[in-house]
Amino acid sequence: MSPLILSRRQTLQAASSGFAYLAFSALSTLAAEKSANRLAPAPPHFTPRAKRIIFLAMQGGPSHVDTFDYKPLLGRDNGKPSKGFANLLGSPFEFSHHGESGLPISSLFPKLAGHADDLCLINGMHTDLPNHPQATTQMHTGNFQFVRPSLGAWTLYGLGTENDSLPGFITLSPPNGAQSYGSAFLPAIYQGTPIGKQARNRFAAESNEGPISNIANPKLSPELQRVQLDFIKGLNQEKLVRDQYQPEVEGIIESFELAFRMQGEVPEVLDISDEPQSILDLYGINNATTGAFARQCLSARRLAEAGVRFIQVNHGNWDHHRNLKAGLEQNCAEIDQPIAALLEDLKQRDMLKDTLVMWAGEFGRTPHGQSTNGRDHNNKGYSMWMAGGGVRGGLRYGSTDDYGYLAVEDRMHIHDWHATILHLMGLDHEKLTYRYAGRDFRLTDVHGVVAKGILA
Amino acid sequence: MKQSLLLTALPFALNVFAASSTLSQEMSDAAKPTEEQIAFFEKKIRPVLVKHCYECHSSGADTIKGGLALDTRDASRRGGESGAAVVPFDPDGSLLLAAVSYDDANLEMPPKYRLEPALIADLRTWIGMGAPDPRESAAGPKAPQHYSNTIDIEKGREHWAYLAPRASAIPTPKNAEWGRNAIDAFLAAGHEEHALTPAPDADPRTFLRRLSFDLTGLPPDPAAVETFVKAWEENPDSAIASAVSDYLSSERFGERWGRHWLDIARYAESSGMEVNATYPDAWRYRDYVIDSFNAGKPLDRFITEQLAGDLLPFENEKERSEQLVATGFLALGTKNLNEQNSRQFRFDLVDEQIDTTTQALLGTTVSCARCHDHKFDPIPMSDYYAMAGIFLSSETLYGTANGLQSRRATDLVELPFVDHTPGSIPLADLLDLEFRRVNLEDRLEALLAEQAEERRANRNGEEVQNAVVRILATRNQLGVVEGQLHTYDDSGTRRALAMGMRDREEPFDSQILIRGEEDNPTEERAPRGFLQVIKTGDEKPMPAHQSGRLELAAWMTSPENPLTARVYANRVWLWLFGEGLVSSVDNFGTTGEAASHPELLDYLALRLIELDWSVKDLIREITSSRAYRMSSDYDADLFAKDPENRLLWRANKRRLDAESLRDATLAVSGQIDLERPVGSEVAAAGVGFIGRTIPEATFEKDSAHRSIFLPIVRGTVPESLALFDFADPSLTSGKREITTVPSQALYLMNSDFALEAAEAMARNLLQEEGLRGAALAKEAFYRSYSRPPTEAETVATQQYVERFLEAAAGENISADQARLLALTTFCQSLIASAEFRYLN
Repeated sequence: MSPLILSRRQTLQAASSGFAYLAFSALSTLAAEKSANRLAPAPPHFTPRAKRIIFLAMQGGPSHVDTFDYKPLLGRDNGKPSKGFANLLGSPFEFSHHGESGLPISSLFPKLAGHADDLCLINGMHTDLPNHPQATTQMHTGNFQFVRPSLGAWTLYGLGTENDSLPGFITLSPPNGAQSYGSAFLPAIYQGTPIGKQARNRFAAESNEGPISNIANPKLSPELQRVQLDFIKGLNQEKLVRDQYQPEVEGIIESFELAFRMQGEVPEVLDISDEPQSILDLYGINNATTGAFARQCLSARRLAEAGVRFIQVNHGNWDHHRNLKAGLEQNCAEIDQPIAALLEDLKQRDMLKDTLVMWAGEFGRTPHGQSTNGRDHNNKGYSMWMAGGGVRGGLRYGSTDDYGYLAVEDRMHIHDWHATILHLMGLDHEKLTYRYAGRDFRLTDVHGVVAKGILA
Repeated sequence: MKQSLLLTALPFALNVFAASSTLSQEMSDAAKPTEEQIAFFEKKIRPVLVKHCYECHSSGADTIKGGLALDTRDASRRGGESGAAVVPFDPDGSLLLAAVSYDDANLEMPPKYRLEPALIADLRTWIGMGAPDPRESAAGPKAPQHYSNTIDIEKGREHWAYLAPRASAIPTPKNAEWGRNAIDAFLAAGHEEHALTPAPDADPRTFLRRLSFDLTGLPPDPAAVETFVKAWEENPDSAIASAVSDYLSSERFGERWGRHWLDIARYAESSGMEVNATYPDAWRYRDYVIDSFNAGKPLDRFITEQLAGDLLPFENEKERSEQLVATGFLALGTKNLNEQNSRQFRFDLVDEQIDTTTQALLGTTVSCARCHDHKFDPIPMSDYYAMAGIFLSSETLYGTANGLQSRRATDLVELPFVDHTPGSIPLADLLDLEFRRVNLEDRLEALLAEQAEERRANRNGEEVQNAVVRILATRNQLGVVEGQLHTYDDSGTRRALAMGMRDREEPFDSQILIRGEEDNPTEERAPRGFLQVIKTGDEKPMPAHQSGRLELAAWMTSPENPLTARVYANRVWLWLFGEGLVSSVDNFGTTGEAASHPELLDYLALRLIELDWSVKDLIREITSSRAYRMSSDYDADLFAKDPENRLLWRANKRRLDAESLRDATLAVSGQIDLERPVGSEVAAAGVGFIGRTIPEATFEKDSAHRSIFLPIVRGTVPESLALFDFADPSLTSGKREITTVPSQALYLMNSDFALEAAEAMARNLLQEEGLRGAALAKEAFYRSYSRPPTEAETVATQQYVERFLEAAAGENISADQARLLALTTFCQSLIASAEFRYLN
């Protein structure tokens, strides 16, 4: 039976009720329920430590030896020959110990350092390739060679979301290309929804355009638009029946339903005008340097509060082959206060305990210099950090060699990192599978070891 | 005696040297200074530095101000917090000179007085000759560095893509009935090997819709569909051949296939990155590409013109102009216009050209070898710098305006013949601009004088700061006005200009740079040349008096080059089937994917060459295959065997790309304007900087022209394209991504574009076509889906209108409005539906 037209019995029923269209509409509502179900909260494999993730993704490969991996010998041996192509380059930034834990953090992050006891510095990261496109793709999907679902898509597939009027996976101002939020063979509803575009330059960052366009229909009331969407859905359902199998059409159906629901929810969630001045100041919203990233961080908190499962916050320009000192100073000045504010704000709302906040780039940089004020790519040893969400704060986990070249102790590959993230979310990375093309796929492929040492 | 002679002769010698200082010398600052140069430094420069600078800027100073030391060569080149103080050969890029010239109110040194003009001139001369400087740093001179290749090229040649395409015997499948041509034979062999049954033919309506979008990017005309169905019933082969011929000879073909090429050529009309200056003449290249496809220009010729059109012979001015415009391909890339270091800027520019050229034409990422031998492919750094030499020996002309943010403006190419020069201004406006320039110059002079006064009076504080801001603003405005004036002739007519290339006077070989660092050259130079891994056997030697771009083009388009034809044939396959035989279409290297049908790929590559590189003829051959007319019907068993359809047992269901979706919407609504606009919105906006002198909103207004004519400004791609996975215009993008996100749904539900198109379609059907009721619905379905509605759809449409009117009755709208709204939303629903967006 076509989903578009009504059976004789349905027509009779509809006619008798005087709302001939309702039956058709009811049929499409069934389809809508099916799509809503895909986003419904799903039980984790075991008790989770975190309920949601805010991933601060730094594009370009931030230098670990200038930020979170303190290497005193690098400073001592500045200018001496290295095992790399060039002489060692000591960090131009001072490290000092912070908090009760005494975590060493460089002077680039004065405000974040105030949260040292919440941070778990992971100093033994490594990844397969030192090229941006591949390493970025691997960070987000585990695989650099094939198109695979992103970490956020897998998380959403595993756990659903708490608010079905918002996408369960939102990426704020992503860079070009969908590999950081794609769903590949997972149903399209698990794909990240990009909001806003990457601030191209500081002029764009200052502009205050609305966060999401086309969020309201100027001509139709929600009731009338609902009638229209039911018709579109009918057309799409009809096509789906004819095509028998076409996940893309299901994706389109679901995206319309989600879009319809978003119209009611998004403007409110992303409107920060109701935030008190103290919060705006905490994040640095009105400061030219911090403003753009502050807005993203505050939006991330509001989205987290509204029940979004996975929120990605993006920041670019970390590829410091040259201009390392001024470049890092600029970047860190842009993000330090907003990130510290995010942690503070989440804590005040008692949300940090079940929100996993992560900061990472696709790789680190060489301890030797490139010219006198730059560093090359280093994939064999670098750092990221986690906070909240069941992670032990004030911990320095894993390490690189004396200068920061190689991860040597408690090494953590991207697959291990992914396994650990899923574990914190209550998901067993070996059990979170999706059958496609006759094979069960995993985020971690056949790899991945949970780093138990970082669990609180 | 000898000594004094030398000194007397010095000024003359120096002048000669400065005048003849070629780029070749500039690009090799490791060259040892001559004795004369050292003498000049000791006599004229060192005393000035010691007297006027060392107090604050030397290791002997109490605190080194701004991190800048000027007492060693390395330290002065490295510079301080503001950047490199001394950039050899580039006085205007050297902050030292900017500071002593009092050019930049933020940076005036020495702070309390200005140096005598003669001393400033000496500094300029010194930097212009390469800033010869004997002062070693404490660490001593750098040991000479050497490059040695770590790559085994012979072994690298074993990778399939570097072997010449082989003509395999055309397979003879068991089912001889199915195939129409050799392409089918290769595919059938794959089917039979894996026990796959190819799908039956698509129905003619589905087929024509597929063909029409593939060749023109637009839906077929409803009337043409029925004619085609009749012809197909008589003889599908001839019906297809005739439809293909019609589409290939339509102007719409070039707009569709030209756009494909623009993705590869990373076409855009601004420089992108931080500064984002407009390229007001980029559109000429866009039109050139469209015209080339429409004219059926052979691909080898098309490639040659883009790499070396300026070096080709020509018969008339029109041909000359066309060939000049073609070289815009090399000039259109992103540029870091605020790069301070001119050497760095040039190497970056050349890197972008190498990256684009080799990915676009060879499917090879040669630019990975800029800093080290390629990690995966057999491309040593020496190959990279061999190509770099060719591009370094050429000059890239891209225009843009100078300002504080951008110091890299160049000339443009003067065209001897043009049809149009859009963006001309009336004489009154020209005079106005001229007047503004004079005013700004006066104002700047006054401000500078005022500031000098303040400084002498040793005043500080807010007022001085404000003055600085005013000076900066004035300087910027002046730069833009000057840039604008440069584009008009004396009558206000826009000069006939294009972006493009020309050779430098003397070609030279590039140094190999350690880790790609411009200040870290090795002793070796890489003779200009190509990739060693690809030996075509007909390579031409590098010419002594030309850059070598013409020889590069000959090597690229040699029938013996194993990559060029393969890479393009594979792209054609992608554009017709939705997936390449090699799915990593821009990467045929060892990290790319293997071909699903290697023999077929080779067959197509060799065919392309045999057909005299005619893209149209290759399309003709592919579209006449049985494979191209298969239906996309699902089959559970076959799907289980080959879910990704790599063996092509059915047609792929394909989503329309952003341009087709937008153009189809304009077409079904009757709004579309198929006339080619003259120029572009960016040409109209003229010279300037996006987001500063030209608001981004300038390019947001929509038009009824085909999407290829929308302004493509980096970072500000129109929403109608950006939301639907338009290619990133900063990089070669052989394949579009496909995402399905709610922001697309919101656009189709609520955007002005969608609402206006829907209303136009409703009005067009009602008023121009005079249709009502079921007839109207039928026509709407026909336009949107190239087929009549099913019975279910007809009934549902009727129910929809009733239901909508019923719901609208409860709202505050008139009955007439409600009826129009019902029809409008019905039309909009068709456009927003999945079938509109997917090709079966």
